[in-house]
Amino acid sequence: MVIRGKVWKFGDNVDTDQIIPARYLNTSDPYELAQHVMEDSEHPDFAKEHKEGDIIVAGRNFGSGSSREHAPIAIKYAGVPVVVAKSFARIFFRNAINIGLPIVEAPQAVDETQHGDEIEVDLDRGIIKNLRTGKEYEATKFPETLMAILKAGGLMEYAKEKLKANG
Amino acid sequence: MGMTITEKIIADHAGKKEVHAGELVTVKVDLVMANDVTAPLALKVLEKYGIDRVFDPDKIALVLSHFVPAKDIKSAEQAKIVRDFAKRHNIKWFFQEGEGIEHTILPEKGIVVPGDLVVGADSHTCTYGGIGAFSTGMGSTDIAYAMATGETWLKVPATMKFIFYGKLQTWVSGKDLILHTIGQIGVDGALYKAMEFDGEAIRSLSVEQRLTIANMAIEAGGKSGIISPDEKTIEYVSQRAQKPWKVYQSDPDAEYEVVYEWDASKIEPLVAWPYLPSNVHPVSESTHITIDQAFIGSCTNGRIEDLRVAARILKGRKVHPYVRCIVIPASKQVYMQALKEGLIDIFLEAGCSVSVSTCGPCLGGHMGILAEGERCISTSNRNFPGRMGHPKSEAYLANPAVVAASAVLGRIAHPEEVVGKEVLEEVFA
Repeated sequence: MVIRGKVWKFGDNVDTDQIIPARYLNTSDPYELAQHVMEDSEHPDFAKEHKEGDIIVAGRNFGSGSSREHAPIAIKYAGVPVVVAKSFARIFFRNAINIGLPIVEAPQAVDETQHGDEIEVDLDRGIIKNLRTGKEYEATKFPETLMAILKAGGLMEYAKEKLKANG
Repeated sequence: MGMTITEKIIADHAGKKEVHAGELVTVKVDLVMANDVTAPLALKVLEKYGIDRVFDPDKIALVLSHFVPAKDIKSAEQAKIVRDFAKRHNIKWFFQEGEGIEHTILPEKGIVVPGDLVVGADSHTCTYGGIGAFSTGMGSTDIAYAMATGETWLKVPATMKFIFYGKLQTWVSGKDLILHTIGQIGVDGALYKAMEFDGEAIRSLSVEQRLTIANMAIEAGGKSGIISPDEKTIEYVSQRAQKPWKVYQSDPDAEYEVVYEWDASKIEPLVAWPYLPSNVHPVSESTHITIDQAFIGSCTNGRIEDLRVAARILKGRKVHPYVRCIVIPASKQVYMQALKEGLIDIFLEAGCSVSVSTCGPCLGGHMGILAEGERCISTSNRNFPGRMGHPKSEAYLANPAVVAASAVLGRIAHPEEVVGKEVLEEVFA
């Protein structure tokens, strides 16, 4: 799958309180969460101003802090097809894969991508292309199991068969 | 090759003789935990997949802690989802509002014991490493899966070792040692890693303070934090354990990714300034910072010893007239003990507000939210933008003694500035 979109650039350590502030955690409705995505970040108007298909590109340790799955859910239901970052915090990483939000680790691509650039992310090949510069970058490879979960659309889809087998 | 305590616990739960860092394993869990914020999402996942059972109702803990007593209708509805599920499935460890915060309750009531492998839908699940359990935070889907199957998959983490030697200065606590660690290695310094703490200074700490250290492993990006059990742990556990426990120790030839050694006697009380827990400064360099609110509570520092220390500072003194000080015992048991010891009287007489046990303002939920531009010194664990309220408010993290002293002086203060001095310094010109 190749995803093409406009870049919203964020810095390092975008924590889950910035992605979805706790004051909105009194719901688990994904579309309601999406209305407040990135509200306490450096782009507080992201939820209002981004277009479906826009891509989040961020620095180190994206999604640090809380275990709230509401964070990747808010991003996914805001229509963001993929998050590219230098690195992801551990729980966010698991959560994103589990709910089927594609994430890509590519430090150099992040460094050389500007806010507003258009990029192409080839999830299967793990290649990111910056359409402004024409430059291509290789993403960090994830273990096969994780890729399989992501492709299945999340952990539960992946685990359906196993759960059935267990009765 | 020897194994670390973390590798040993994981190996036993994976049914293997040996595991080492980097291996992907499936493990059986001893306890699965979720709270009023994360459980509804997990239950929604189970519902979506038509799973109306749990692997073992005696090995699940559901704790209403974050937005309860319900702060609004939506929170009440989220809590109700959890309540109904707990009733329907006869969940053994279901705790309603006022019982306290999961990370305080579970070790306190002996529901988690040394050697356990625990997963919880809350990032501070790593707290139980303080008594020698392997515990880690996950999201709701992972927890739904674990609730249904009693299993989860893990990548065995590499272990970083932190040795604190030397004797602690007065007013320095476990909180300062973990803030020091995070300040040194950064908020992603232990990403995906297990953090193992040891050394003379760690051994001198009470179990409660060790829980504080393990609690904040996540603030360095860690998967878990752990302190191997000793006599103090066993004494703590034997008074409360609900089941047999198993003590694991790291082998002398266990492999560590890195070993840090620090002289704890050189560490003074520390303050993490906004907006990262790694932005650590000595309290002596923070005394110019005035505050609007002081918060004593949370899963990090809301246990009885924390309240005792705060009460020692606040006894016979008054909270600064321009400051509000909020004290939240982290569990009902802590609350009752504080009442018995007269600590609640001390807090109320000093001008503090004392609330029912809840996570409260720690995550900007309720019971003390900050306005734009306001500043709070807090015994909690995070100082991210907007964490305790308005995105342009500020949270400073410190130990309970520093927070209590700051409440009295209206600015960040070393406890020594308050204890023994009766004259309040006027800092608001």
